[in-house]
Amino acid sequence: MSAVTSEKVGAPGRGASSATGRASRRRSKGRAGSRKSPLLTVILWVIAAYFLLPLIWLVISSTKDNGDLFSTFGYWFGKFNLVANVESLSTYQGGIFWHWLINTVVYSVTSAVLAAFFATAAGYAFAKYVFPGSKALFYSVLGAIMIPTTALAIPTFLLFSSAGLTDTPFAVVLPSLVSPFGVFLMSVYAADAVDTSLMEAARIDGAGEFRIFFQVALRLLGPGIVTVLLFALVATWNNYFLPLIMLNTQTLFPLTVGLSQWEAASSSGGGGSQALFSSVITGSLISILPLVIAFLYLQRFWQSGLATGGVKG
Amino acid sequence: MTTSANTLASARPAAAERRRPRTSSDKRRQHIAAYVLIAPFFLVFLAMLVVPLFYSGYLSLFQTKLVGGTTFVGIANYIRAFTDSQFLSGLGRMGLFLIIQVPVMVCLALFVALAIDSGRAKASTGARLLIFIPYAVPGVVATLLWGYIYGTDFGPITQIFQALGLHAPNLLSNANVLGSLMNIVTWEFVGYNMVIMYSALRSIPTDLYEAAEIDGAGQFRIAWSIKIPAIRPAILLTVIFSIIGTFQLFNEPELLQSIAPNAISSSYTPNLYAYTLAFVNHDVNYAATIAFALGFVIMIISFVVQIAQQRSQRQGASA
Repeated sequence: MSAVTSEKVGAPGRGASSATGRASRRRSKGRAGSRKSPLLTVILWVIAAYFLLPLIWLVISSTKDNGDLFSTFGYWFGKFNLVANVESLSTYQGGIFWHWLINTVVYSVTSAVLAAFFATAAGYAFAKYVFPGSKALFYSVLGAIMIPTTALAIPTFLLFSSAGLTDTPFAVVLPSLVSPFGVFLMSVYAADAVDTSLMEAARIDGAGEFRIFFQVALRLLGPGIVTVLLFALVATWNNYFLPLIMLNTQTLFPLTVGLSQWEAASSSGGGGSQALFSSVITGSLISILPLVIAFLYLQRFWQSGLATGGVKG
Repeated sequence: MTTSANTLASARPAAAERRRPRTSSDKRRQHIAAYVLIAPFFLVFLAMLVVPLFYSGYLSLFQTKLVGGTTFVGIANYIRAFTDSQFLSGLGRMGLFLIIQVPVMVCLALFVALAIDSGRAKASTGARLLIFIPYAVPGVVATLLWGYIYGTDFGPITQIFQALGLHAPNLLSNANVLGSLMNIVTWEFVGYNMVIMYSALRSIPTDLYEAAEIDGAGQFRIAWSIKIPAIRPAILLTVIFSIIGTFQLFNEPELLQSIAPNAISSSYTPNLYAYTLAFVNHDVNYAATIAFALGFVIMIISFVVQIAQQRSQRQGASA
């Protein structure tokens, strides 16, 4: 993707020596910056600070014990108590926090992988085949993007409850498998990424339609798949409403529901529950690390995957 | 979204022509393949979206009473909903949220996307990633985090005011809590919207800028006259998603409720109200009505925004 390469070249591109050198460099690296504007840099980093400061607070606070949380300044360290915080997080209620983490991973990875596969297959079919009813079905998917998912949660709960599925992992995973936006994104992506003449060539070589999909198209759809996968992962990882209404058993909770219960217990006070504050804070920090790492690690892929959806969206 | 559907639809005949099936059995095979490929998605789509939707619509037409059981009441629940001051004030609150928070968030995201795309700020790749990170933070954690930061016990905002000898504002009071919520949602989603816009900006052909520069256009002129019109579909997408997200607000107010129980009622947002009706009052029929009515409101507003956008685009094209 040009976005990535142009920036890599952009960094050493400052301080050009000759006019010709500058001109040619500018052409080669596209638009990535000729003159830098100090004012714009300052504004941009002030904005970035707004997004970063709460997270810095979280990191600093997770190193404090409860006493220091209340008595020291939020943006400065107290006694270093992170290890003890992780220990008490791990032992509280028999180490249920790690249960929640494992649940979250299982729910979100299962949902994301399946949702991404379903969306990829459907999006590819919409982009690359003309079949009776394709238009109507595609419009129904587009319309569904606008249906508020939380509005569906209550009837889904009632249906699951009569099927005996509430308070099971299925209650969280099954509704998360539908990603209309994923289908839309994949259809836009596949329309560009998979060359129809390539499919035609494969057909002449005697490949069946499914073989074309699995052996030719899937490879070309890589960045699109990563994008849909990551966004489905975030949706399930961060889901709160659905597991909140579906699950009653504490050991089935994902992190979001578990942490919010601890928080409610610590805010309501009483019974030494204030000791929970540091556990909630340390637990919050741990709960955000996996996704942040996944996004940073895979950024090249998902950003180019979003590019097509964003333009034509 | 509509524009993309159009491009897809217009792209299809061309592809079909190129692929011109040699025999009708080839064509049939391709149809079957397409149906098999969309089948898994449409199975879960039906089971998890269409069926609950219709079930919800069905439920909303009934009333359950302790004496007399469940009876068909037609649209009585809807009449009740649209005259229910708790539902209406929740809707009004979200309307206010929509007209203040969404423009702030979208403009901030657009500004950041344009600033980074212009390549005129130093270390903008780092800034871009930092601004995006909150999107990967669960809403629950974001709300807890900001809840603590707003809080009067050990929140740094209060600490700073006190250190300066000033009276700290109570950000979780009745008057301030809506603004505090807006801030949390803005913090969570600017990065996501920015990335969508930035990705769109990156795929504008560079020669357009070169031509404009030769014509003497400055950076602001290029941003205003070339970049923003070019990424209009992406901006519209973020606006529509923000509208849907606003009316669905649940996590943030529900969690702030435990920190500020007096400032946030159980009907503070329509979704919170539906949840309370279903799981506290056990009135599933009315809860389904509220959810359905909310869905209508969201669809109508989203369509109005889309149509308005299309109209302004057409006027822009003819001008």
